[in-house]
Amino acid sequence: MEAGTAIGGGRPCGGRPPLSSLPDRVLRYGLTGLAAAVLALLGFFFIRLYIEAQPAFSRFGVFGFVLDNNWDVSREIFGALPLVFGTLMTAATALLIGVPIAVATALYLTELCPKVLRGPLTVTVDLLAAVPSVVYGLWGFFFLIPKLRPAEQWFSDTFAFLPFVGGHVAGPGYFVAGLILAIMILPIVSAISREVLTTVPADHKEAALALGATRWEMIRLAVLPYARRGIVGGAMLGLGRAIGETIAVTIVIGNAPEIGHSIFDQGYTLAAVIANEFGEAAADPIHRAALIAAGLVLFALTLLVNVGARLLIARGERERGRPAAPGQTGEAFGGAG
Amino acid sequence: MEAMSSPGLLAPLSARRRRTDRAARALLGAGTILALVPLALILYYLLRKGLGALDWHFLSSDPTGSYFGDQGGIHSAIVGSVEIVGLAALIALPVGIGVALYLTEFGRGSRLAAGTRFFVDVMTGVPSIVFGLFIYITMVLTGLGGSSFAGWKGSLALALLMLPIVTRSAEVVLLLVPNSLREAALALGAPRWRVVLRVILPTALPGIVTGALLSIARAAGETAPLLFTATIVKGTTYDLGQRMNSLPAQIFDDVRQPQASLVERAWGTSLTLVLMILALTLIARLIQRRSRSTQGAA
Repeated sequence: MEAGTAIGGGRPCGGRPPLSSLPDRVLRYGLTGLAAAVLALLGFFFIRLYIEAQPAFSRFGVFGFVLDNNWDVSREIFGALPLVFGTLMTAATALLIGVPIAVATALYLTELCPKVLRGPLTVTVDLLAAVPSVVYGLWGFFFLIPKLRPAEQWFSDTFAFLPFVGGHVAGPGYFVAGLILAIMILPIVSAISREVLTTVPADHKEAALALGATRWEMIRLAVLPYARRGIVGGAMLGLGRAIGETIAVTIVIGNAPEIGHSIFDQGYTLAAVIANEFGEAAADPIHRAALIAAGLVLFALTLLVNVGARLLIARGERERGRPAAPGQTGEAFGGAG
Repeated sequence: MEAMSSPGLLAPLSARRRRTDRAARALLGAGTILALVPLALILYYLLRKGLGALDWHFLSSDPTGSYFGDQGGIHSAIVGSVEIVGLAALIALPVGIGVALYLTEFGRGSRLAAGTRFFVDVMTGVPSIVFGLFIYITMVLTGLGGSSFAGWKGSLALALLMLPIVTRSAEVVLLLVPNSLREAALALGAPRWRVVLRVILPTALPGIVTGALLSIARAAGETAPLLFTATIVKGTTYDLGQRMNSLPAQIFDDVRQPQASLVERAWGTSLTLVLMILALTLIARLIQRRSRSTQGAA
């Protein structure tokens, strides 16, 4: 747009005014309509889900549904607290394990890594995002669970005095699900952190080094404070991913609709309950409404986290005096399955 | 870098600072190695357990569903995956690129564009199972098109999930098209639609193809949205109006079975799926690298 007016001074000289021809208008309004339709779609989503979930909400109340600790399909009582708890528990585990490793990877790749290795290592870390969710689940179930169980049992026995540790370890459970999620969010958190880290001005880094800082002191004093907000945003995107991840978690969490007493106990998440019970719920309207309500809670939760993350990243970019340019890396990993 | 801080001007590093520096660097390196361990393990197990299952019979027969004996292969799943993902790409690519064109060529600076961009970003974070649920509510329950579950409904769910990926990656490369190119074409009297179709799109094409391939790779690995839309069946069908099998759904179904032979099939199916996705990803990266190097030369 700016280009056209800047060159022609607002008055096209070629005889044919560029904006008034029919194909131009079709293209312009067609594309505008398309963009508006995408926005409308997201709104429609929310409303439709809400309408379908209405029977569950009117029976149990919105807060009753979210905060009641009782998910009993046979008695048609649906309180989603065990699911919300499982979702938050696994996501928190994933963040605790995944984010430090992802940030370490990003720092190593941008600040320390020899140049020759940088490209191949970056591609390899990104390849983690190419492995489908269901394959993570398969691997987690047949490799991770049996291999980890003795170590988990030892930890559980030795540190039984800690809160939320102790008792018999069955195998599947919150911890394994969290670990798998940590692996799954690693590439996106690492990619966004890398993107943010590369925007740290060389001046700042060189200034730190010139003052006699070691490499690590440079990272701690010049790089991390500058990139902090962006890294937090990236971690939040990872959190959103971990909350919504379905199939891998469904396979390894054990699917027990109650709040566990230990981090190694079997549990359930919002997404997993939808994937598992949806088949049997088709014939039972209230059960179906409850599952859709669980989906709506999940949707709202991820929406909140994502909006927060995007605002943080955008604000970080603005503060650094850089226009909020879209980053390609983060977008290549959309969705969670 | 040490050279900068050592001689003459500055006091030599204290042992403590040097030790901290070394330890921190080692920690960051160790973190990177730790990040690569799962990938190596997964690929190793996929090859070890999956390679044995792969043969012609595996690729060309349908799951039999019998409890004993021959369990059959994954023919229906391959056909289903290719058709469902193909249709999803046919829907998502034009729409996604169209939205990106709006954002860069027509809506620059407008409110609608800012809002669209923001919500497209947010859409990348919507869990895929929610997309599946949405299609289930609006199309499967209502029996749209005369059937409840159908392959094309699965395509729609996947298309919703691909849309933000396509849009954002296309937008990034469209923004890289130099303004001078647009101005030159307009100055020559070309109408706007021509500039878009003949100048801007071709210039940005390699980048757009990269984003498109990555989004297809992403959609091909999705299970959750397909469970509610195309479901899991055994027989092969080429008709997108029917219930359709797909590779991820087939794996999900087999993982939960007690028979060892089905678990083995799950590994073989996973290997097939991962190989397909890796191929797409690598092609995408190659195109990206090549277009970057030609741009660098220009």
